[in-house]
Amino acid sequence: MSMNRRQFLKLASASTILGVGAASVINNISNSSLEAAQIHPDPRSLKAKRWGFVVDVSKLTTEEDYQRCIDTCHDIHNVPNNPNPRHEVKWIWKDTYEHTFPNTAEDKIMNRELQEKNFLLFCNHCQNPACVRVCPTKATFKRESDGIVMQDMHRCIGCRFCMAACPFGARSFNYTDPRPNIKVENKEFPTRMIGVVEKCTACYERLAVGKQPACVEKSNGAIVFGDLEDPNSEVRKLIAEKYTIRRKPELGTQPSIYYVIGGGEHA
Amino acid sequence: MLEKALSGSNRYWAWIFFLLAVIGVGCLAYMKQLNEGLGITGLSRDVSWGLYIGQFTFLVGVAASAVMLVIPYYLHDYKKFSKIVILGEFLAVSAVIMCVLFIMADMGQPMRVANILLHPTPGSIVFWDVVVLNGYLLLNIVIGWTTLGADRKGVKPPDWVKPLIYLSVPWAVSIHTVTAFLYAGIPGRHFWLTAVMAARFLASAFSGGPALLILLALLVRKFSKFDPGAEAIQAVGKIVTYAMFANVFLLGLEFFTAFYSNIPSHMHPFLYLYTGIDGHTKLVPFMWLSSILAVVSLAILVFPHLRKNENILAFACAILFISLWIDKGFGLIIGGFVPNMFEGITEYWPTFLETLITLGVWAMGFLVLTVLYKVAIAVREEDAAVEH
Repeated sequence: MSMNRRQFLKLASASTILGVGAASVINNISNSSLEAAQIHPDPRSLKAKRWGFVVDVSKLTTEEDYQRCIDTCHDIHNVPNNPNPRHEVKWIWKDTYEHTFPNTAEDKIMNRELQEKNFLLFCNHCQNPACVRVCPTKATFKRESDGIVMQDMHRCIGCRFCMAACPFGARSFNYTDPRPNIKVENKEFPTRMIGVVEKCTACYERLAVGKQPACVEKSNGAIVFGDLEDPNSEVRKLIAEKYTIRRKPELGTQPSIYYVIGGGEHA
Repeated sequence: MLEKALSGSNRYWAWIFFLLAVIGVGCLAYMKQLNEGLGITGLSRDVSWGLYIGQFTFLVGVAASAVMLVIPYYLHDYKKFSKIVILGEFLAVSAVIMCVLFIMADMGQPMRVANILLHPTPGSIVFWDVVVLNGYLLLNIVIGWTTLGADRKGVKPPDWVKPLIYLSVPWAVSIHTVTAFLYAGIPGRHFWLTAVMAARFLASAFSGGPALLILLALLVRKFSKFDPGAEAIQAVGKIVTYAMFANVFLLGLEFFTAFYSNIPSHMHPFLYLYTGIDGHTKLVPFMWLSSILAVVSLAILVFPHLRKNENILAFACAILFISLWIDKGFGLIIGGFVPNMFEGITEYWPTFLETLITLGVWAMGFLVLTVLYKVAIAVREEDAAVEH
């Protein structure tokens, strides 16, 4: 079979394109089969239909109570301590009533104690997460098994659409290299690189081995963690008993953190 | 045809090398951003999009505006646009290329950008924006190149290009609608959560883009023997005027809804942009400059006898373009992020490096535009020589 240079180049380029395409398809197929074979869930792992939190701020009385929860989370997850507030990375933090519930902040004559109360804020793991809806790569996704809003820092392209979309400011972007700002690295948890978004992932790695989220463990009962779909769970009992509020419920994202305000006699 | 861009006057080459120098400086600045992260910009956790995304949004509008020439010429057979339409199509090409570059400049991990195609997510508006923008780029390159090539040979464009031209009309509308949907569907960003966002985008695009085109057409006539046509320029001037009125009207609607409803979260971004909040007033002078330029440009454009004077028309188009650039290329994005999700205020201002990168992308766009226009002009000059 004879061919001139032009025909040869055509054939060569066509077969290259086909070859690359076929290789990626085969790769995908073989990858997924590997994955399926590798999953052996730990028998100790905690399971729920939809994980949720009840945060009773009346039980957070001292500065220390807040800081303990924040430090444990940031330490075990290698959250960098960026000194520049504009570039701050935070998974869980303390903020005022006004900032936590900005739509009610206009009330000038409300309960002073409540107004001065601080809240613990972290990802709401919404049932209808806006961040997941906008992500162009599925780098952030809701785990169908238990409702945790996950973040794949290896797939994230750093477009920051999720940060624009999250109504709760729960997402942080690595504006600078996070690694120099990690004081003591936890080798059990990955560190991140420049240019990706990160956030609280409800300690999925602890749930997988039967442990409660770290902040819950360190909160002395101020944060309760459980299955919102299970009417007999502790979180559901607390929600049934006490008056709870969620942040920005009017946006329809269905946050999974319920705040108990507690406080005065008549509350 | 591209070889026509390889021969030109000294002035042409000086311009090309000037653009290459600006691109070079922009590339150096970008290298630093690539190494050190977006921390070199003025962006923050509260204002996470800024100049890059603003430019992207604005330039999608410039790209879409080519349709304002395509519709009269191809759908209504308005012959006066026969020469200017290629300028619109090539402007669209360079604008879309700038859009893509600005998106790349904004990515935290640009090497991973193929993930958008490797993991296609139709629920994400970004996915659709990538699809429509690339489609529009391809459409305009193919249409512009083919029609110009046919023109050069003195034959009619091939039949297969007609359906593509018709397709480019709704496609142009789609690129700016989808871009508006990036913003208009986000819960909690009250400044963006408005149903008229896409309409406003189209109105500002159809005034700002053609205004730039008028300026370019006047420049082309000044520096070459190719005349896009005085009547064509006047007709585009009318389009600019009507679209700008529509744009200002739509902006007025936003003000009414925000302030008559008296809902604080809806009013705050407007207050921040136009009056400042708690002493944070960085954007106030610019927003007022934008408003004043908009009013002055309309006050000029609305009178046909003023518009007929090309110098006055050029002045009006220039200030209109600046007005829209401030409003859409800057205020629109920042207003969405201030106040933040906690009703707190973090201001944004681009850094020096960020500005250099931005200028580099603009220079890249102008380089593409210059080369394409050079080809178009050379072909048209040849045609003119044959006719005479």
